[in-house]
Amino acid sequence: MMADTHSLEHTALDQNAAAERPLSPHLQIYRPMLTMMMSIVHRITGFGNYFGVLLLAWWLNAAASPGAYARFQWFASSWIGRLILFGYTWSVIHHMLGGIRHLIWDTGRGFGPKEREWLAAANLIASITITIVLWLFIMLTMGVA
Amino acid sequence: MAGPLHIRTPLGRVLGRGAAKSGTEHFWRQRLTAVANVPLTIAAIAILITLLGRNQAAVAQILGSPAVAIVMLLFVASIITHMRIGMAVIIEDYVHDDSVKLTLLMANTFFAIAVGLASVYGILKLSFGL
Repeated sequence: MMADTHSLEHTALDQNAAAERPLSPHLQIYRPMLTMMMSIVHRITGFGNYFGVLLLAWWLNAAASPGAYARFQWFASSWIGRLILFGYTWSVIHHMLGGIRHLIWDTGRGFGPKEREWLAAANLIASITITIVLWLFIMLTMGVA
Repeated sequence: MAGPLHIRTPLGRVLGRGAAKSGTEHFWRQRLTAVANVPLTIAAIAILITLLGRNQAAVAQILGSPAVAIVMLLFVASIITHMRIGMAVIIEDYVHDDSVKLTLLMANTFFAIAVGLASVYGILKLSFGL
């Protein structure tokens, strides 16, 4: 246990698996709950936002020349581009609100059975509402820009 | 029980260097950037919306103006730092093969730096008209 703790840990884990000792309950044992689903969605939206940054980099670099900007606008106004941008909008807003929820938890508040359900529901409802309102606003003011 | 209770590893006791003092670095930085991301993301969305109906020349001029460019630079720096830590956590959670894990963690860092620097380059180009 002195020098190579890491490999010893691995061996111990392998032996546990081989002995088929009971494992602690994992995902498949639980009835799906809102807070659990929201935790998974927080991770999935974070994962999506990670790759969405490529669009941001493209937009920022396309802005320098008319030709490049026209290509970006062509993509952004295509139906697939719209769909991706709509999803990205929701993903960013949902992850941001979920992050605020996590920051509230970091202060030690919001863990009660009612509070955590309320926070999870509010997170979901707010992210969908804000996304739709934002897109309606854009489409109405810009004339489907 | 002989001697005081301790939670040090034998190696840690032999080396005698005390705590590494960097154990909560990622935890803290993830929260620091999370807090920064909230106002910066709202600002970036507001900037984006004001630019939507405009042509390329106007977009380039507004994005390159000092206040907007600085907000966008802060936004990029904060989200890139945040997303790099987040993806590292995902990789560490799900990938258990050491060589695959290390490869993905490296790729994660390369991706974050490349996309981050490309975005910064795009903003600075508009500001300085290179």
